[in-house]
Amino acid sequence: MADIAFLLLVFFLVTTTVANIKGLSVGLPPPPESIEQEDVEIPERNLFKIQVNSFDNLLVEGEPWMGTDSDLTEMIKKFILNNGNDPASSDNPSKAIVSYKTDRGTSHKKFIAVLDVIQKAYYDIYADRVGVTNEKWREIASDPEKSPEYRELYDRGRGRLPDGKLELPMNLSIAEPTQVGQ
Amino acid sequence: MPDVVFMLLFFFMVTTQMRDTSIIVQQRIPEASQLRKLQRKSLVKYLYIGEPRKIAEWGNEPKIQANDVFIQPREIIQWVNQEKSQLDESERDQITVALKVDNETKRGIIADVETELRKANARKLLYSTNPKLGEF
Repeated sequence: MADIAFLLLVFFLVTTTVANIKGLSVGLPPPPESIEQEDVEIPERNLFKIQVNSFDNLLVEGEPWMGTDSDLTEMIKKFILNNGNDPASSDNPSKAIVSYKTDRGTSHKKFIAVLDVIQKAYYDIYADRVGVTNEKWREIASDPEKSPEYRELYDRGRGRLPDGKLELPMNLSIAEPTQVGQ
Repeated sequence: MPDVVFMLLFFFMVTTQMRDTSIIVQQRIPEASQLRKLQRKSLVKYLYIGEPRKIAEWGNEPKIQANDVFIQPREIIQWVNQEKSQLDESERDQITVALKVDNETKRGIIADVETELRKANARKLLYSTNPKLGEF
């Protein structure tokens, strides 16, 4: 009897895969029709432009990117936290927008790699504000309702103001891809 | 000893979930470091995108698989509504779509899917990725 149980146990051990739902989480903008068409002029200084073409080449602020991923993360962090210091960079974190544009021919692999770099910049900033590691921050952000402590850390990290607005929203704009490749 | 084995056996029997869909598109999932975990598994619905495994039958253009069938981008709104109707009314707006996309798929088809998801008001999105080892 016990052998049969063993056999079954081994069977289940081998076949069980722990379903893990992990990935890069993003929020999509509201449907195209519902957005009121108003042409808001966003000053150039508040935009950090990242573009990827159909050959997976990276263009950062109009220049071909030669640096490493962590250089790019640092550059984005500096841009977000500029607070008006450098007149060519952002006014403040809530106005700073990271604009990410790809081409229809860009590979998903590259898209994810660059998205990862951008999200790292934001998560690093939030984590720094509350003095936790990037990893811990992501755990908090995945489930802020887990405990009052998490809730507090989460709100403080993102700078939730009394009116509910965020001081440090993740202003990541993933633009409709261009049509060159494909 | 046998009791322990039995207990473990029951544990695995209870927790094991049989995969209910077989994936018929290529799935080489990209790697990333900034992963987030989703808490409520019941709110997550999957779309698989990639080249069909059986190229002879389906061609090598990337396709979208939902449940067990291929769907066209324009059918996504219908799919979302169908998935939403299976959830509790109070949870319908919390539906999260996990996109499991093959590395080599081009952005074009994914962007089309995203546009449809916006129209269907399923705006929580997760790009499924594997953890990246080393670096960062």
